Amino acid sequence: MTLLVVDDVVVRYGAVEALKGISLSVEQGEVVTLLGSNGAGKTTTLRTISGLHAPARGTILLDGEPLTGKPPHEVAAMGVGHVPEGRRVFPRMSVNENLEMGAYRDRSHLKEDTDRVFQLFPRLAERREQQGGTLSGGEQQMLAIGRALMSRPRVLLLDEPSMGLAPLIVQTIFEIIKQVNDEGVTVLLVEQNAAQALRLADRGYVLETGTMAMDGAAKDLLVDDRVRQVYLGEG
Amino acid sequence: MTTAVSARLSSPLARRLGGCLFLALVTAVVTGPDGSNVHPLDGVKNSLLNTRVFGFLVFGLLLFAVTSLSGRTKPIGLTQVRTRLSQAVGQRGTRPTGYLLLLAIAVLVPLQLSPAAQGSLFLDVGIYALLALGLNVVVGYAGLLDLGYIAFYAIGAYTTAYFTSSVINGKVVYPLPVHSPLLLNPFFVFPIAVLIASVAGIILGGPTLRLRGDYLAIVTLGFGEIVQILARNSDPLTNGSRGAFGVPPLSLHIGGFSYTWGQDALPYYYLLLGIVVVVMIAFSRLERSRIGRALAAIREDEVAAEASGVQTLRYKLLAFAIGASTSGFAGVLYATRQFFNPETFSLQASILVLTIVIFGGMGNIFGAVLGAVVLQGLAYILRDPIPLIGFKVPDADRFVYFGAVIMIMMVFRPQGLVPSRRRKREITMSEQGMGSADSLGSGEVSA
Amino acid sequence: MSFVDQFWQLTVTGLLVGAIYAVIALGYTLVYGVLQLINFAHSEVFMLGAFGGLFAVRALLPSGNINALLSVLLVLAGLAFGAASGGLAAFALERTAYRPLRRRGAPRLAYLISAIGASLFASNLAGKEFGRDSVNLPKDLFTYNTEVFSVFGARVSSQDLVVFLVALAMLLILDRVVSGTQLGRGIRAVAQDADTASLMGVNVERVIVRTFVIGGLLAGAGGFLYAMKFNASFTMGFIPGVKAFTAAVLGGIGNVRGAVLGGLVLGLVENYGQFFLGADYTDVVAFMVLVLILLVRPSGLLGERLGRAA
Repeated sequence: MTLLVVDDVVVRYGAVEALKGISLSVEQGEVVTLLGSNGAGKTTTLRTISGLHAPARGTILLDGEPLTGKPPHEVAAMGVGHVPEGRRVFPRMSVNENLEMGAYRDRSHLKEDTDRVFQLFPRLAERREQQGGTLSGGEQQMLAIGRALMSRPRVLLLDEPSMGLAPLIVQTIFEIIKQVNDEGVTVLLVEQNAAQALRLADRGYVLETGTMAMDGAAKDLLVDDRVRQVYLGEG
Repeated sequence: MTTAVSARLSSPLARRLGGCLFLALVTAVVTGPDGSNVHPLDGVKNSLLNTRVFGFLVFGLLLFAVTSLSGRTKPIGLTQVRTRLSQAVGQRGTRPTGYLLLLAIAVLVPLQLSPAAQGSLFLDVGIYALLALGLNVVVGYAGLLDLGYIAFYAIGAYTTAYFTSSVINGKVVYPLPVHSPLLLNPFFVFPIAVLIASVAGIILGGPTLRLRGDYLAIVTLGFGEIVQILARNSDPLTNGSRGAFGVPPLSLHIGGFSYTWGQDALPYYYLLLGIVVVVMIAFSRLERSRIGRALAAIREDEVAAEASGVQTLRYKLLAFAIGASTSGFAGVLYATRQFFNPETFSLQASILVLTIVIFGGMGNIFGAVLGAVVLQGLAYILRDPIPLIGFKVPDADRFVYFGAVIMIMMVFRPQGLVPSRRRKREITMSEQGMGSADSLGSGEVSA
Repeated sequence: MSFVDQFWQLTVTGLLVGAIYAVIALGYTLVYGVLQLINFAHSEVFMLGAFGGLFAVRALLPSGNINALLSVLLVLAGLAFGAASGGLAAFALERTAYRPLRRRGAPRLAYLISAIGASLFASNLAGKEFGRDSVNLPKDLFTYNTEVFSVFGARVSSQDLVVFLVALAMLLILDRVVSGTQLGRGIRAVAQDADTASLMGVNVERVIVRTFVIGGLLAGAGGFLYAMKFNASFTMGFIPGVKAFTAAVLGGIGNVRGAVLGGLVLGLVENYGQFFLGADYTDVVAFMVLVLILLVRPSGLLGERLGRAA
């Protein structure tokens, strides 16, 4: 069953066309990764799905329901969890409060879900009362993911979770993403770290300056010559 | 730019209808009878529970019809006015006939006016046009909000009073309790006042222009208030609230030639017209100079300007000082014509100048002058009831309308009556999330 | 009288006025928190609240004698109507002067100017509708109030005490609201990162409106308190407005507790300053404090933030 559909979406910043009519789809339970170099439009794609940008054209559907034109808080309420680029934890809220923000709309499972997040990320449990802004990069990323999980999303949008993190921590983060997906959360993962993303994902898309250049099963992309050259830094 | 999408209107038409009717009712109250503190609701009641309200509702519906038909929520008419104006004026500055025509109007029309109107033309239109030209450099070119602008005008006026004396009924009258040991012809006060005002501008601006733009607005506002409070309370220096009386009128004595600007307002007006024209030419050259380009760069993206080697603080300070000296200059001119006291230099006067600049179009020289002519002209005309409609604006109510003008311009036409091209582009760019169009920091306003 | 003799009296008056500044300052600080903008028209919200409360009390005032209980009820009614007027005014302000600009993503300068326009409009319209003379609370509202407390020799009337306690209560309630409610969490999240807050399901537009309204409720009630102590007039907003803004900056704009601290400190400083410089220069003292704090420590005493526990 197709959970998320992005169909022929165009996004403009003034005269600049950031997305020139891209399409993608994510099946229920999949991990799909969206690759591309800087400025290709990966973040714009996620932000458009979440309602932070209004598309000039095209439709976005979640489980058949249109997201297009809805403000971000409504998109969030429909079950889209977004871990933004640069993590964006609330710097002057504690870890606990950040997680509470994740459950802003519905606090009925607050306790239960907080415990679950602390189970996933024991490091956070040790720092519950610490301010978000004082956490290390890796901890902030964990917090951002945990925060997004607090809303029990149907699809989780992850924007470059490995950015600026040490390899060991990236490893942990990717393991957690895998674990979360195994528990049934569909994932759309934007990454520059193509090798790792493709190893985790079921399918992948490649964005090049606002247009979809390639797509296919992750294992095929992983051995594709062009992908290897441009995104895996080989050859 | 938080795009936390705004485009989602429940029903745009219904909203617009509501807006238009609301605007109509507010207009009905604003133009309606007064209330009092004994019967605070009477004004509103008599404005709305009266047959006249139907006229306003019809006006609201018309507004709705027109804005819906034209498909845009822009007030109509203005665009055409602007097109015609720019045809006449030649926005690019290459139409000398247009300029000559305007100049001819400015020279000839006043001859037909009543002495009272001529007086107002000098004091309310001309002086304010000059003030607006100066503030336009600060707000329009540099993107800095100066709410204490009139303080420099006060400095100019008090400087004049300090350096001059007059003979009334055979007695020497000093305008202030203290006076300069060397008394001067008012013409010689111009350079002194300009100097003092610009020094004051630099002293105020030096430390404060580093601040965020909104803080600058408040600090300049505070400066304006302090100057007024000091003028009001320093009796031994400023004569306190009694003000300065006895500044001589302007006079020229060159060789055998002697001329005094007397009671008649017209000679003052023509002198001022000449000054305004000179200032307009000077400021339009300024705009196109290296300084003007640097200021534009700062306005559009201060960080980038700084990074590419523009000394932003220096240029801002320069713009601030130019504005201050223009204001000081206008203060001298005012003082030689009109009695003044601290109340002349109120915050409202500063805001009036700001209103004129905004109405005319920030960054546009013609806009500043046109804004003064239209707003102050209307204010003058509407002192007396309009024939047939009987509508008038009492002096006390004038600032209700000026306040409304500011809001309406900001909501519907932020670029003003005669937009500056560059400025217009910047506003559009800023609205698309690029650049800042002011020097208030590149910070965004969320949602 | 020396400063030492006057000290406690000046302190009492300073704290009293400072508490009112603090109540108004919260409006500046809250709106600044969510929009990073100074709401130049906040002073008129205060003014309209003063009129709302005052006119309500006058309308409700029965003929005949007023006993203490009735007087308390009337004060409460005045506060309620003052708050309601302020809240309504702030709502209207956000709708007319802010929201249309936000919809098109106007540059920051435009907001400041439009708020200045709104301020000019509101205060002069109030002058037109409510008359241009200052209005007092009915004199007999506090006629029972003859006894006077004494704190270290400083005289405190029970009216003063009411003003101070009410202001204090409002400050405490607001602190609770910001730190412990859904709306408070929304306000803090929007203040720290509006985009991300919206991703969490926070309706940013709604939070902004409600922030304006909360600021308006406080300023409106504060306006009534001020009118009770002094009087109300259409120009009354300006000076307390600038002072409350000063208080907000002094404490660290965007910082709720900072606004309270800033209000009290400013109230004290200007009262002490007034003793040395004379009443004519009270306002100058406040402006000087503002300029100094902006130049020396623009982030204020407690720093700029809409902090953890407010």
